Amino acid sequence: MMDLFGDPARWLPVTFAALMGLSILIYVVLDGFDLGVGVLFPFAGEAEKDRMVASIGPFWDANETWLVLAVGLLLVAFPAAHGTILTALYLPVAIMLIGLILRGVAFEFRVKAPLPHKGRWNFAFWSGSLMTSLSQGWMLGLYIMGLEQTPATWVFAALTAVFLTVGYSFIGATWLILKTDGDLQRKAVAWARGGIWGLVLGLGAISLASPLVSPRIWQKWFSVPEIFLLAPLPILSGALVVLLWLALRRLPTSDDSWAWFPFVASIVLFTLAFFGMAYSFYPYVVPEQLTIYEAASAPESLFIILIGTCIVLPMIGGYTALAYVIFRGKATELRYD
Amino acid sequence: MDTLLLSRIQFGANISFHILFPTITIALGWVLLFFKLRFNATGDLKWMEAYRFWVKVFALSFAMGVVSGITMSFQFGTNWPGFMETVGNIAGPLLAYEIMTAFFLEAVFLGIMLFGFSRVPGWLHTLATFLVAFGTTMSAFWILVLNSWMHTPAGFEMRDGVAFATDWWAIIFNPSMPYRLVHMLLASGLTVAFLIAGLSAFRWLIGDRGAEVRATLKSGLILGAALIPLQILAGDFHGLNTLEHQPAKVAAMEGNWETGPNVPLLLFAVPDEETRSNSMEIAIPNGASLILTHKSDGVVPGLNDFVAEDGTALHPPVAPVFYSFRVMVGTGMAMLLLSWTAVAIMARRRDAGALPKPLLWALVPMAFSGWVATLAGWYTTEIGRQPWLVQGVLTTEQAVADVPAPFVGTTLVAYLAIYVLLLAAYVSVLFYLARKAARGEGPRRRTPLAGEAIVAQVPAE
Ligand code: HDD
Ligand code: HEM
Ligand code: HEM
Repeated sequence: MMDLFGDPARWLPVTFAALMGLSILIYVVLDGFDLGVGVLFPFAGEAEKDRMVASIGPFWDANETWLVLAVGLLLVAFPAAHGTILTALYLPVAIMLIGLILRGVAFEFRVKAPLPHKGRWNFAFWSGSLMTSLSQGWMLGLYIMGLEQTPATWVFAALTAVFLTVGYSFIGATWLILKTDGDLQRKAVAWARGGIWGLVLGLGAISLASPLVSPRIWQKWFSVPEIFLLAPLPILSGALVVLLWLALRRLPTSDDSWAWFPFVASIVLFTLAFFGMAYSFYPYVVPEQLTIYEAASAPESLFIILIGTCIVLPMIGGYTALAYVIFRGKATELRYD
Repeated sequence: MDTLLLSRIQFGANISFHILFPTITIALGWVLLFFKLRFNATGDLKWMEAYRFWVKVFALSFAMGVVSGITMSFQFGTNWPGFMETVGNIAGPLLAYEIMTAFFLEAVFLGIMLFGFSRVPGWLHTLATFLVAFGTTMSAFWILVLNSWMHTPAGFEMRDGVAFATDWWAIIFNPSMPYRLVHMLLASGLTVAFLIAGLSAFRWLIGDRGAEVRATLKSGLILGAALIPLQILAGDFHGLNTLEHQPAKVAAMEGNWETGPNVPLLLFAVPDEETRSNSMEIAIPNGASLILTHKSDGVVPGLNDFVAEDGTALHPPVAPVFYSFRVMVGTGMAMLLLSWTAVAIMARRRDAGALPKPLLWALVPMAFSGWVATLAGWYTTEIGRQPWLVQGVLTTEQAVADVPAPFVGTTLVAYLAIYVLLLAAYVSVLFYLARKAARGEGPRRRTPLAGEAIVAQVPAE
């Protein structure tokens, strides 16, 4: 059975790398928007904060579960890489975890603790979201730099930390455009207009830096015929940015048409960027050190997981969709009844 | 302190914090389903009020469980890379199945359970409540399979120092799994029973005498009284199983140094590893032999059997195992005494309101007795496995990461500070919610209309 697609020591690692990539991408988009909403907190008024939280309340837990799945897949499919990456990123991981703890519990505490404490929990929600986004950006930067720790890579990591945070706030703002109306929606449009520059700079910085630090990545992009096959990626991204810019100048419309567009366009943009990165790093799971084939677990174990995945993943997709359908439309006050 | 010791403290602190909340959510999910089904069946509003109060506690506990659980899943890589490198082929699939079959289920349906009441049909809401409860139980199942496998590994072979699975059935149903699963699920049930009874007693004492409090006080006490004998029985079986597979642990639990017959049951003692003997013993003659072998002259293993030629101990540290075991069993006895007294009084007077005040006051601190017993139980089990991480396969020392000790130290301090703050916030919010409900700021004091009308009232506070 395992030889169905040829040598299991080849196709299983690729499949799992793809699955892990998919869950990272879904995580970045989904938790990206709810982290972004948290980062935008200080710019909103008191009542608006409640509405912002209400827009993500039913989803955030499931969104974070994609992170657990991504790390889980790294852990189960590429145990050797898992240890190397996470011990190298020990401190930023700890900061991210503390950030996730703070914002996760603040969701509940801000509405259950006595009213005078609400401000403090709002602060915890914001600072937790910020810590999480910054440390994820920092880790992304170090990862691109091959997990090297030098002052130069730290500067780059600091840049990606800021850009990823701005990127998250951008997709967060587009989510709010979709899920809110009135003043808050107008504000969200303004936030998105401010954020789009960060997004462009961030994508640019990463696209320039990766080939420059790694001759291998340079080779992969700038040789013929690859360069022509890959050209649609940057061209499409550029076109999307222009469309986004145009849309943001016209939104919000009087009949709320096109409110969905910025959010959908940012998802596509994130996806394109992600594919670009995945292409650059394949077949490495620890850049320039360890390939997915070297790091993979025993094929028997991977196969056992794959069977489960094929059955369960569509179900997860199904009921996740159900949740988004049930809580579709503009966000209203959250009620337990 | 070195990285190993700090990593152990850090892992111990994180998992201890994490387990507090799943222990509540596993059983509270089913209790909520019970409240919801009672309401569906009787239409009595008190059940809906009980649901509404306890669903808040559930939501809060769930959030605490999720965030500390995410921390746990990173700990393997950051602190114990040797663990996955050696037994990843077995631990991996088990963790993957937990994520896929349990975490997503509970995370997605939690949203519908908490906020969907007025958006989805009643049956779907009840179904969501069921699926969340089912998901938390599945989570417990998979993680306990893994943990039990670490205590009693089976169904694998070692090739070049790496474990490979040979028989998944044997891995999942490893020798200690059924005992640990049952014991843990009962522990969760007891924790919730006493939490509900304790908070309800508190509300009663501060003057909240509504039908809802009466109902939850009664439900909590009856649940506790029903589960505690089962738990004692399950604990006894669990101990016998441990005797078979990890005799050194049992020797430490009993504080028994020399193998032999007619071993007494120590109610209290101060074990000393320097002199390899106990002082200040209070004991029941032949007790340990009777419990462990069901014969007064049965042979009980002693710690001195687990010492290497050169004198290094191959058994776990004795004192922590010995004391935590007594804390667990002692808490269990207190639970038995209190719940049975309360149920006897309620049965005689046919009213939850007839419980005497001192008893109610005793129930309030017992709200957290489940936490104490559960933690003590886990310390017994886990410290009792040392120096092994996976019994006979991998020692804790082999698995640790070579991260600089100051990194581990600083993050440990940060985690501890946050955990202390959050725990204080959690407990005080529970009592705040109870006081608020008692003051009648809940939904209940609004004029209840018939049937449908309870839909859409209060915002989620
Ligand atoms: C409310 C919680 C609770 C209560 C009242 C008890 N236990 Fe327990 N016990 C647990 C919660 C727990 C636990 C948290 O579920 C543990 C830790 C790990 C495990 O498998 O179960 C445990 C472990 C544990 C072990 C160690 C298993 C091993 O060696 O791996 C034994 C022998 C017992 N228990 C026996 C008892 C007895 C005789 C009790 C009688 C009063 C008792 N427990 C009450
Ligand atoms: C949930 C309740 C649990 C508690 C309270 C708990 C507690 C502890 C404690 C106190 C230690 C330290 C023992 C020592 O070194 O002296 C420990 C060790 C350990 N436990 Fe558990 N444990 C729990 C469950 C689990 C589970 C479910 C797993 C695995 C899936 C696990 C894996 C480990 C590992 C890897 C160690 C090694 C690190 C160490 O020895 O400190 N534990 N645990
Ligand atoms: C080292 C061991 C453990 C790891 C890595 C771990 C990991 C996690 C993670 C990542 C979550 C969040 C899931 C979500 O996003 O919804 C979680 C929640 C949960 N865990 Fe753990 N866990 C461990 C130990 C345990 C133990 C020992 C139990 C019970 C016996 C347990 C039971 C649960 C349950 C029931 C939940 C969901 C409910 C809640 O969050 O309160 N876990 N765990």
